[in-house]
Amino acid sequence: MEGTGERQYVRFSRLNRIFHATMIVSFMGLALTGMTLKFSYTDWAGVMSRLFGGFESAGYIHRLAAVVMLSVFVGHMMDLFRRKRQEFGTWWAMLTGPNTMLPTKKDLHDAVGSVKWFLGRGPRPEYGRWTYWEKFDYFAVFWGIFVIGSTGLTLWFPQIFTLFLPGWVLNVATIIHSDEALLATGFIFTVHFFNTHLRPEKFPMDMVIFTGRMSLEELEEDKPVEYREVVNRGTLESSLADPYPEVVVRTIRILAGMAVLLGFGMIVLIIYAMVFAYR
Amino acid sequence: MSPAEHILTSSRWKRVVVGVCAALLAGAGYARAQENADCLACHGDKGLAVERKGKTVSLFVHEKRFNASIHGTLSCVSCHTDLQGKELPHEAPLARVACGSCHTAEQEQHDRSLHGQAFRRGDPFAPICTSCHGTHDILSAQRPQSPTAPLKVPYLCGKCHQEGSPVARQRVIHQDHILENYSESIHGEGLLKKGLIVAPNCASCHTAHSILRHTDPTSSIARKNIATTCTRCHAQIEEVHRKVIRGELWEKRSNVLPACVDCHQPHKVRKVFYDQGMADGDCLRCHARPDIISSHGAGSLRVDPNELATSRHAKTACSQCHTEVNASKLRPCEAITRKVDCAACHAEVGQQYQRSTHGSLMASKDQNAPSCRECHGTHGIRGKREPVSPTFPTNVPMLCARCHRTGNKAAARYTGSQHEIIEHYQESTHGKGLLKSGLTVTAMCTDCHTAHGELPMADTASSVNPKNLPRTCGRCHHGIEEQFVRSVHSGQTTKTDKVLPVCSDCHTAHTIRRADTDGFKLQIMTQCGRCHEKIAKTYFETYHGKVSQLGYTKTAKCYDCHGAHDILPISDPKSHLSRENVVATCQKCHPGATRRFAGYLTHATHHDPEKYPWLFYTFWGMTGLLLTTFVVSGLHTLLWLPRAFQMRRDRGRRAALRNATPSEKDTQEGAE
Repeated sequence: MEGTGERQYVRFSRLNRIFHATMIVSFMGLALTGMTLKFSYTDWAGVMSRLFGGFESAGYIHRLAAVVMLSVFVGHMMDLFRRKRQEFGTWWAMLTGPNTMLPTKKDLHDAVGSVKWFLGRGPRPEYGRWTYWEKFDYFAVFWGIFVIGSTGLTLWFPQIFTLFLPGWVLNVATIIHSDEALLATGFIFTVHFFNTHLRPEKFPMDMVIFTGRMSLEELEEDKPVEYREVVNRGTLESSLADPYPEVVVRTIRILAGMAVLLGFGMIVLIIYAMVFAYR
Repeated sequence: MSPAEHILTSSRWKRVVVGVCAALLAGAGYARAQENADCLACHGDKGLAVERKGKTVSLFVHEKRFNASIHGTLSCVSCHTDLQGKELPHEAPLARVACGSCHTAEQEQHDRSLHGQAFRRGDPFAPICTSCHGTHDILSAQRPQSPTAPLKVPYLCGKCHQEGSPVARQRVIHQDHILENYSESIHGEGLLKKGLIVAPNCASCHTAHSILRHTDPTSSIARKNIATTCTRCHAQIEEVHRKVIRGELWEKRSNVLPACVDCHQPHKVRKVFYDQGMADGDCLRCHARPDIISSHGAGSLRVDPNELATSRHAKTACSQCHTEVNASKLRPCEAITRKVDCAACHAEVGQQYQRSTHGSLMASKDQNAPSCRECHGTHGIRGKREPVSPTFPTNVPMLCARCHRTGNKAAARYTGSQHEIIEHYQESTHGKGLLKSGLTVTAMCTDCHTAHGELPMADTASSVNPKNLPRTCGRCHHGIEEQFVRSVHSGQTTKTDKVLPVCSDCHTAHTIRRADTDGFKLQIMTQCGRCHEKIAKTYFETYHGKVSQLGYTKTAKCYDCHGAHDILPISDPKSHLSRENVVATCQKCHPGATRRFAGYLTHATHHDPEKYPWLFYTFWGMTGLLLTTFVVSGLHTLLWLPRAFQMRRDRGRRAALRNATPSEKDTQEGAE
């Protein structure tokens, strides 16, 4: 148990937590309604389609969730602009600083070091604020939103897009949209779940993305470089906050747990559809 | 020859004979000097009489009347031949005059006739020539005063055959009130009241001299001759009765047809529509009894008069169907040997039936074979437009179900692919229309299978044979048939050895659904896919197909683009998908559709690199991306797992250590 009452390190801002939570909801909505269509040949697809109130209503849910997700994306971009202005001044400072999301030489070292560590050939690398897999996840979302979003809009407004694109582009867009979405779903519900939430040492749930808080002890162990930076900069005290009351934490844990189970459920359905029901 | 003609010709013939005889006898008269005046010398005396068997018989011959008679030119001895050359006064009694010596044919006819037979038996009532024609005062039948003149004949015959006369009382004659009935009949009225001497009198039907029982096959009123007799006058009657007798059928097949007298009772004929024939009342005297049963064990023979009175055949006499009845028998029905042959009147229907499966089963004496009565009933038969009739549209499915419901006798014999036909029909759009909405115009069994010519689908003459089905359905769905026969699915348009679909291949036979129901709309795609296998499969890979597969009908299905019954090859300018029409077809759902938009590949597949290279390479590019990502990240995660478990164990150990003793904790902290 993280010591209640003990002040905790705040790793994620309130805005980012809200973005993540909103993203969860919209992503689930998109994935569920989308896979219903993609795997329409399965029996579960029919059931799910009815659960959404029919195909038309499922379509509206899908588009609404898409709008929400794009809003999160836009909101995040606006936040980046704000932080650049308020915290860094220039893009250069922001993107080359120690907390940059861009891949750095250290990330390459960390990745090689990690493999060595996995194979028992070296110690655990000392990860910084953003590990290389967290950066990968971050850019996967960027890529995904671009690819899925653009093809999705093409399919949403085919009459507009075929004013300047040939009709078969819609068929290509369908394949890209659908397969990229499969990639996103498959990746998030397995690799992302494991890497950031369900790693055995964090099992059953790493709550940091929901509460934004982690114990200093954990920070020190998991992200030693970040811990040292905070201590060295002397901003440790200002980075601490009181933990949320137990009831809030438990509620979040239940909700997040449901999202995780939902994700796993979708993986099961996808595997069933692709392996057993494919025709 | 009509009876009237008969009389005319015989009298003409008589005159010739009489003339010849007169000439001969005149010569003889001169030789023997036996003048009529010699005879009249005595017989001209009114008082001349003789006593015979205690009765005074006058021997007076009225000279004037004799001279006026048709035999007035003959000498007495021409007839009283036994007096030739005899001295006068002659001896009595004389032999009976043999009219037949001149009137040979009439005499022969009379000898064979009932009257002649009675005479030979010695029947005192038996009429001989003089009974009708008189003696010395015989007049031509054309003379109104003659007792054999048309107007007088009824009275002449009536002398013996009227009610209460000794003949009528003492001899077996099956008709009663003959004269009375005749005088009230249309014939009697014409003759007696209107003085139409061409109206038939007794002799017109019974003949003058060949009067025979109707059971005698040579009789003019024998059952098989009666039509000939009546049509002597009623020559056009077959036209009037065309429906019943179909031309000359009445004479050719008189055994299966009713005779004139079955409807138009002898002596009572009226110019009215005959409610009942000769014998309905007579039949019902026995057959209305509730306890009447067959002596052959065929069960009750009861006929409910009320049922009969309300039936379609209420105005048909018993004997019109039970044609073998013989009115001369005490039990007219004992002559019946055959079952009722409905085809005698319903000839066309009968022929259809004989060609049908029902009819051929009947011909092979199958005990389950339905005859007319199985569907139509017997004495209570109703028209198909009467709601109480078993053949009324709403009752037909249940009527056929008696044999064709699963488990029943016809269904047990059936080996085709249809099953639970009745149940399925009831749930079909036709069944619902008929049975739930009560629309009697809705198609039911006989509309497709025909009422009397049912044949199995495989039979090319069957109304439901694929070859004929469009026409059968087109009887109601005519507009659809017109489209269909011009479509790519019609044999008229497409020449192929493959089996082309007909109505039932898409709509089914007995489970036909409304085309605007979701169930049908979704079903139709698999129906098309039965033949268009590949193209249907690719359809289901596109958005339209996927959405449809989820059970929603608002997206394009086969017929939304290709048309339903008017499907044409895309090369045909009239096709919905021709270059001219395709954009408009897309615009039905996508109002903003352009020609480029119509370039969307509605049957695209990413499995065909030749036809759809873009899709093929996009798909495999994406698949490669997926596989790479999952393999790399999956390996990363799997390799990580052991370390992660180790970290968990380490942390557990540290926590345990921390909680064990403060001193231990202190040492750890100290170590840090």
